[in-house]
Amino acid sequence: MIARLLGIAALVAGVAAFPAVAGAYPVKLLQEILIWGIFAMSLDLLMGYAGMVSFGHSAFFGIGAYVAAFALKQTPHLLSALVLPALVTAVAALIIGFCSIRTSGVYFIMLTLAFSQMFFAYAFQAAWLGAEDGVFGVPRPRLLGLDLANPTAFHLYLVALAGLAVLVLWRIVGSPFGHVLRGIHENEGRMEAVGYAVQRYKLVAFVTAGTVGGMAGALYTQLNLTISPDAFYWTTSGEALLMVIIGGTGTLWGSLLGAAAFILLQSLVSSYTERWMLILGLTFILFVLFAPGGMVGALRGRVGRRA
Amino acid sequence: MFIPDFFAQALNGLSYGVLLFLLSVGLTLIFGMLDVINLAHGSFYMLGAYAGLATLAVTGNFWLAVLAAPLAVGLIGALMERVCLRSLYRRSPLDQVLLTFGFIYLFEDVVKWIWGGKIRSIPPPEVFSGSVSFFGATVPSYRLFMIVFGLAMAMVLWLLIERTRLGAIIRAGVFDAEMSAGMGINIDRVFTGVFAFGAALGGLSGVIAGPIQSASPPMGAGILIPALIVVVVGGLGSLKGSLVGSLIIGQAETFGKAWLPGSSMVIIYVVMALVVLFRPQGLFGRALK
Amino acid sequence: MTPTAPLLLIEGLTRYFGALSALNGVSLNIAPRDRRALIGPNGAGKTTLFNLITGHLAPSAGRILFDGDVITGLPVHAVARRGMSRSFQRTNLFPKLRVLENLRLAAAADGRGSYDVFGRIERYPAPLDRARAVAEMVGLVERLTEVVGSLSYGEQRQLEVGVALATSPKLLLLDEPTAGMSPEETQRMTRMLEGLPREVTLLIIEHDMDVVSSLADRVTVLHYGEVLAEGTFDEVKQDPRVFEVYLGGAG
Repeated sequence: MIARLLGIAALVAGVAAFPAVAGAYPVKLLQEILIWGIFAMSLDLLMGYAGMVSFGHSAFFGIGAYVAAFALKQTPHLLSALVLPALVTAVAALIIGFCSIRTSGVYFIMLTLAFSQMFFAYAFQAAWLGAEDGVFGVPRPRLLGLDLANPTAFHLYLVALAGLAVLVLWRIVGSPFGHVLRGIHENEGRMEAVGYAVQRYKLVAFVTAGTVGGMAGALYTQLNLTISPDAFYWTTSGEALLMVIIGGTGTLWGSLLGAAAFILLQSLVSSYTERWMLILGLTFILFVLFAPGGMVGALRGRVGRRA
Repeated sequence: MFIPDFFAQALNGLSYGVLLFLLSVGLTLIFGMLDVINLAHGSFYMLGAYAGLATLAVTGNFWLAVLAAPLAVGLIGALMERVCLRSLYRRSPLDQVLLTFGFIYLFEDVVKWIWGGKIRSIPPPEVFSGSVSFFGATVPSYRLFMIVFGLAMAMVLWLLIERTRLGAIIRAGVFDAEMSAGMGINIDRVFTGVFAFGAALGGLSGVIAGPIQSASPPMGAGILIPALIVVVVGGLGSLKGSLVGSLIIGQAETFGKAWLPGSSMVIIYVVMALVVLFRPQGLFGRALK
Repeated sequence: MTPTAPLLLIEGLTRYFGALSALNGVSLNIAPRDRRALIGPNGAGKTTLFNLITGHLAPSAGRILFDGDVITGLPVHAVARRGMSRSFQRTNLFPKLRVLENLRLAAAADGRGSYDVFGRIERYPAPLDRARAVAEMVGLVERLTEVVGSLSYGEQRQLEVGVALATSPKLLLLDEPTAGMSPEETQRMTRMLEGLPREVTLLIIEHDMDVVSSLADRVTVLHYGEVLAEGTFDEVKQDPRVFEVYLGGAG
């Protein structure tokens, strides 16, 4: 137990201190891993714990990103950076969730897909959203007098928020509520039969996952200082799904691993070969076929079973 | 001049609808029988175009390409089903959907590897390389060929599915795979066959689309979503639904882009969402299991 | 006997599937502390009746009252919350979770603390205590930390009943609790059910007549979706109509 805590502390310290030892490009990679990790973890809450496979999670990523972009251009305050994106995304998740939760399986996939594509189609052609090009020149926020345009300050801010996200999701998953979600995932019918208002719990899970996903989007805007409609495109949802599966569905920190694997594959492998998409696709296929427990499952020695 | 424009657009919409039809038939049959949304179906479209390109490069004959492409893609589909998908039948359909998603990356990159990422044009056959005057509009004769070909294929498919013994087996499998297996039909082989057949039709759609759309590795991802919408609106598992759905969506997308460039795509997704919510079996699909 | 208000009152319940009537004008009156067995040949409509009572199916006609309130048309979880619980013919558990968790989830279904997103399970001792108590009742105390998959079939059927019991129901509906069990397992289950407190009213679908004779105060016979006969086990056994239709030559 102590060893574990020390290990985690060391990891966090290492991640926080990374800019001191590495160049700009690796640091950017790490920051992308953190942001996509948050996004993938929020999807894992939905998929791995509540059992709802969504192909529309990019909707929340995009909403959080665009809201942050617009709000920060108005005032570079923390409210714009985090609070407003969270609120707007939560409301969107409530509406979309309320419509979608009554369906399940492939119909849920199609419906969530339709919703995120709606946002994409709209953002792509709406002039006020920057249409195809999106929004540029988004300033970093100011936090307690600190200007986060300072790279060190921004990095620590990102690490802190990622850590917070991990902590919050971890607590949720281990809470009584998290146990209910797992029960729903295992046997929704029986949960209903013993008296749980299953749809309500699913909605809470959906809104929570969506809000955290929206936060990831907001941070993405703050990292790149720009956002485009691609954030909404279904492949963004698909890539998050890849990260969750490769990392290990239903393990939470597996999604962080999956995000790291995906981004490293994309950046590092592509500097040696152009075939990173092939490798990624093949890896994903092999994981689905032979290691449904993902990397975490493999590490735990349970390659054949889902975690 | 409104009328010529209208007819030009209507013919565009019709020819696009035909492509959607050929692609979505496979998708809807695969879903009807295996309960799998084959996300790699757009890839079959893309592979068809490239198989056509390759055949054309070797033989110089467009019609051979039209013949070879579906055969090649059908084979790829059969392999994919037999080797990978089959081992997942014992697991949830969602695992199968996720598997097909991985194949999108695989197929797109293999094609990019062999042919490069640039757009490659596929010239139409000599006999259809000109234009025709139709109600005052000038239309490439190839588009008219596409429409006639597509409707002829619809006829052939209808006869095949409704009037032959093979078609009866497919219909039985789509309706209730478990019961069909119980009645002695080798359901494994039917699954592979239907998957390969659906893939072949997707490949056919891609090679036919070649002269109009050219070939590029991401072309599959672009048409997958409209095909999904057709299948949802028409009804999962219904041939009639695919035809009606693709004609509707084909016209909706074409006219939408011309008249309401801003909101057309959004409207189509709204329609998809409404169908899933209020009539999930689509226009002609069977009621849900 | 002074008539007590019925716990479960079913009036003229009918259910069609297309043109086929699975249940036709079934009426049933179960008093509190009653132990009622529901018997009949396969296809008589017994499980359909259960599905209608618990809200898994909506009736075509008729109504259901539980503890004085109309519950027809209520969703499944609402019916369960009013104090009705059900076990299933085909084992319906949480496969990858441990026995204790299976029971705890059911015991915690009253919702207290289920929306607690940051707390810990241990903060709510009541469901854990109830789960342990039920494990004792169904004879699974030794297996609390086992995952459902590693239980024997008989143990899984015991847990199946246990999960239904863990919600502290007023009325317990058991759908063939001894299905597929060996004679020893059946005896153990029967003794367990006999030992349940009388506050838990029982309605059991059973095919095993030994179980029915040991357990049931009254028996209702269902045939082709209608109530054929009702009475004590002996009365029903001697009813010529029942004899003809169901108990058949072996009587």
